[in-house]
Amino acid sequence: MAQHQVNYASAAGLPVALTSVDKLVNWGRSNSLWPLTYGLACCAIEMMASGAARFDFDRFGTIFRASPRQADVMILAGTLSKKHAEFTRRLYDQMAEPKWVISMGSCANTGGMFNTYATVQGVDRIVPVDIYLPGCAPRPETLQYALMMLQKKIRRESANMNKNTKQRLV
Amino acid sequence: MRKYTPKDNVQGKSYYTDRFWVAPRIPREAVEEDSHFANVVSALKKYAKETYIEVGQLVVHIKPTDNISVLSLLKEKCGYSQCSELSAVDYLARDSEFEIFYQMLNITEAKRVRVVCRIKQGEAIESIVPLFKMANFAEREMFDMFGIVSNNHPYLKRILMPDDWSGHPLLKTYPLQGDEAASWYEVDKIFGKEYRDIIGPENRDPAKIDRYDTKRFSRVGYEVPFDADISDGEKENPIEYSKTLMANYQKSSKQLKERR
Repeated sequence: MAQHQVNYASAAGLPVALTSVDKLVNWGRSNSLWPLTYGLACCAIEMMASGAARFDFDRFGTIFRASPRQADVMILAGTLSKKHAEFTRRLYDQMAEPKWVISMGSCANTGGMFNTYATVQGVDRIVPVDIYLPGCAPRPETLQYALMMLQKKIRRESANMNKNTKQRLV
Repeated sequence: MRKYTPKDNVQGKSYYTDRFWVAPRIPREAVEEDSHFANVVSALKKYAKETYIEVGQLVVHIKPTDNISVLSLLKEKCGYSQCSELSAVDYLARDSEFEIFYQMLNITEAKRVRVVCRIKQGEAIESIVPLFKMANFAEREMFDMFGIVSNNHPYLKRILMPDDWSGHPLLKTYPLQGDEAASWYEVDKIFGKEYRDIIGPENRDPAKIDRYDTKRFSRVGYEVPFDADISDGEKENPIEYSKTLMANYQKSSKQLKERR
């Protein structure tokens, strides 16, 4: 019986892949973005459509979670009223790090057409926003695109969030 | 000096108004004899200050202190079993009064009556919750939007705006984009007043462009890195052209001397 010595580091075709920790962790994070089931207004209808069969968020590994404790992404879909701003911030605070925010639609970005006393003029006044998605309301394709942009952003980041995260409230 | 604008009505107005447009007055008709409304008017004879018919609806002006007795008469004697709407109109600028209206519906006869009364600012009106349950929310909304208090209301607190809101938004003296307290409401509530400087005031101008903001606006002609600080000055030559494209016509050998 011949004895074979296998050099795993040099052998091609064997189940060995080399990568950096950053890439590995970010690969995991970006491909399992779990958004919070949280709709504010009509943009939420488009968000629901994105999650449903035709547009199918699941193929990005994006599954809506009904608890902020399990969610990574907050999609702020719709008009945020000043009365509700407090609760949005509380939900954001309840999410575990690392977490990201997509501001979906004109109302969430800037207040949109609701230039009134009762509407928050842009959700970036209360939570730190990563992706601003324009549109009124944005089509599901554009929400998918925003999510893919967020994935790109996450893959660029350092995996060590302690080093990476600046202490910022908004 | 800045031009004085009256502050008793600061609500938003349309930019363009037709000078020759005359708003059509809704004709007021007298109540016909032997009609359904004639019976209603005779039942309310003791209380009615003025009665007429507008667009097929009876309008009854009453004293604000009579509202309970008039509405219970309408409910019990005339078959107006439903109060479909109740609110107020701000006429403080014109008459220094609120107009409170009760929209009553007779389901069997398909007739409507509007009971109207006027109160001064600071006066309260008796709650009609004992007569109509819908008045619970409607009077709370009236309190929220106008600050009109209903006496003996079971649970008089704000219904739409947050409890710690200041001001009553449907008053004509309330600006459409909110007063000072409204503009900082969410910041004060979430982060505290110390955080106002960090977040900054609301941007109410949808067409705002900040040429030194390299985060939200891209540069035309040349690019700077994202979030670069260019507040102390921009480049002298805003557009950098490639040198191969820049032809110096003064030095061109093909140019004739006469043309120089």
